Amino acid sequence: MSEIVPPEVRPKPAVPAKPSHVAPPASVPHMPPHGPGAGSQGSGGGSTLLGYVGIDTIIEQMRKKTMKTGFDFNIMVVGQSGLGKSTLVNTLFKSQVSRRSSGWSRDDKIPKTVEIKSVSHVIEEGGVKMKLTVIDTPGFGDQINNENCWEPISKYINEQYEKFLKEEVNIARKKRIPDTRVHCCLYFISPTGHSLRQLDVEFMKHLGRAVNIIPVIAKADTLTPEEKTEFKQRVRKELEVCGIEFYPQKEFDEDMEDKSDNDKIREAMPFAVVGSDKEYQVNGKRVLGRKTAWGIVEVENPNHCEFSLLRDFLIRSHLQDLKEVTHNIHYETYRAKRLNDNGGLHPISSSSDTQESNL
Amino acid sequence: MAATEIARQAGEGVRAVPLSGHVGFDSMPDQLVNKSVNHGFCFNILCVGETGLGKSTLMDTLFNTKFEGEPTQHNQPGVQLKSNTYELQESNVRLKLTIVNTVGFGDQINKEDSYKPIVEFIDTHFEAYLQEELKIKRTLHSYHDSRIHACLYFIAPTGHSLKSLDLVTMKKLDSKVNIIPIIAKSDAISKSELAKFKIKITSELVSNGVQIYQFPTDDETVAEINSTMNGHLPFAVVGSTEEVKIGNKMVKARQYPWGTVQVENENHCDFVKLREMLIRVNMEDLREQTHTRHYELYRRCKLEEMGFKDTDPDSKPFSLQETYEAKRNEFMGELQKKEEEMRQMFVQRVKEKEAELKEAEKELHEKFDRLKKLHQDEKKKLEDKKKALDDEQNIFKQKKTAAELLQSQAQQAGGSTTLKRDKERKKNDGCDQS
Repeated sequence: MSEIVPPEVRPKPAVPAKPSHVAPPASVPHMPPHGPGAGSQGSGGGSTLLGYVGIDTIIEQMRKKTMKTGFDFNIMVVGQSGLGKSTLVNTLFKSQVSRRSSGWSRDDKIPKTVEIKSVSHVIEEGGVKMKLTVIDTPGFGDQINNENCWEPISKYINEQYEKFLKEEVNIARKKRIPDTRVHCCLYFISPTGHSLRQLDVEFMKHLGRAVNIIPVIAKADTLTPEEKTEFKQRVRKELEVCGIEFYPQKEFDEDMEDKSDNDKIREAMPFAVVGSDKEYQVNGKRVLGRKTAWGIVEVENPNHCEFSLLRDFLIRSHLQDLKEVTHNIHYETYRAKRLNDNGGLHPISSSSDTQESNL
Repeated sequence: MAATEIARQAGEGVRAVPLSGHVGFDSMPDQLVNKSVNHGFCFNILCVGETGLGKSTLMDTLFNTKFEGEPTQHNQPGVQLKSNTYELQESNVRLKLTIVNTVGFGDQINKEDSYKPIVEFIDTHFEAYLQEELKIKRTLHSYHDSRIHACLYFIAPTGHSLKSLDLVTMKKLDSKVNIIPIIAKSDAISKSELAKFKIKITSELVSNGVQIYQFPTDDETVAEINSTMNGHLPFAVVGSTEEVKIGNKMVKARQYPWGTVQVENENHCDFVKLREMLIRVNMEDLREQTHTRHYELYRRCKLEEMGFKDTDPDSKPFSLQETYEAKRNEFMGELQKKEEEMRQMFVQRVKEKEAELKEAEKELHEKFDRLKKLHQDEKKKLEDKKKALDDEQNIFKQKKTAAELLQSQAQQAGGSTTLKRDKERKKNDGCDQS
């Protein structure tokens, strides 16, 4: 006697809908290679499935896992004082993550050298926990003689790489190595309207290879739209001439789709931003803005400034990519250089070879 | 999540800050997932079990596809591992699936070493990953992970207990790979026997200290289902790729004269549970366990074996490199010492040989001298003899000339009388001479 098999009720988990401003995944499905597949031993090849197996649930599993562990993100802001760095970070993350120095009091002196101050906060949204660390660099570019003022910053970045490397090299490693490496460095350009300053060029040249630099034009409400476009063009040209690659770097584009997305972004960089944490009433809506005698500059209005572009780019689409480029490329470069400098020894493999050959 | 949880997490002096608007980083998991999807996933399964237990068929049934291969013979001389890689795709997820089969397991008469090829295989892949990780210029993010993520151990459906081969093999493998034991061809066991069999197996595993893979129960969403499944281990499965019409649907089943065993019917066998657990719920966890537990254990043991230790109290920066340097110097020192020894031995041997040769030379010289002397003596003797002979010849000549002179004188002086006298004289001479 045969029972009626109950129909399979397990629902196929929906592929998560990406937020609208993020580019959709490749619509062309990758055809499984027929014949000997890449690196397959024996008689392998593309196999077509004759029914639903459930492999795509791995997406859900992975998502659950990452939501449980949470994320770390370390952002560094570099620029002269008074360019609105702390305000911008607070506006970006919609919370008081960076204490801004509203004017200098008598006791606040300009630091003799560039200091590195890092503050961490945990923010949560939609079930996703993020440990955000904002690294501030007061004193950058503020002295009369600013030679080598990027050195403390460079040292700090390398120290974080070194910390991570040491943890990684341990025999008994932690399950999750705490990641304090700088994932992104926002460089604030002063809105002179002419071109980049010498200091800007020098800084980006020295640090462009070690960390992801995203240049932004600060206090952009002092530029009219035409001045803005011209300034941006000049800045981009100057960076190209000096051979400075800012994030997203051309050389790390993985495929055509990435390239076209990133090209669009690169064309629009550096973003001209305005930051504010005060709200005003505009057209019946409460918006973040700066109130002036001649009107209110709306921060999130794409006609007024490019803050929303920056935010979408930084947080909503490329947050993970920033971390990956830091880990896979900048950190690996540092590690290779460090291991090479230590005598250029190839670990284990060569020693075991020579040992075996002499036994 | 409750605010208390956040505060708890933000333990080390990290404040939790409330947000006043939508920032947008809740798309972070999506970003991460999309990157992984673009990259593709890989999953490696090892099937261990005696020949004929239906390993290949079960794989076909699990992944709903016909993998290639024919059933192996029973006369293999030793255990070999054959691996096949397949690229599967479902919606937009690409999976590189590698299935490793043990060929010839349990077929030999002497099965003592049966587990060794398997352990070696797993270690080889760990080693390959370790090597890649230790390289100076490495490409870990595009490295094809070949480590075994799950090991399905097929138990023969005897109905009694585990075989000793099974126990030994599982004990050797439990610290290297996630073991999921399953009862193969379970349509050979009746329901009541099955329950007893399962209990017997689990108690044997526990009493022998074999650590099988436990489905994780720390995540609330899957904790419930995982803990119930943990109670159903080992899964009793039936595999089949043939379809039979039941009612008005085609289902995978095995048809017997007395009835049909439906593979996907939970009352008939645990196949659906296995598929749920292995693929749909815990695939990611299996991969993570392999990386964080088994691989780390292997790495730790391997590095300690090489003599590396972690940083000591006065932590030198990068002690791994320094220990390595020290070892290398030590090793080079040893090499040099050996070289010296060899060189000295060589020199000594040369000296000895030289001495020998000198001896031989001396002897030869002596011999030469002796012979020379001999030769000279002989020569002298001969010369003496020759001289003597010459003297005699001279005397003879003198006498001959003297005799001739006398003869001529006698002829001149006398006639026959002289002849007589000559004759006498000649006689006398002859007497004198003789």
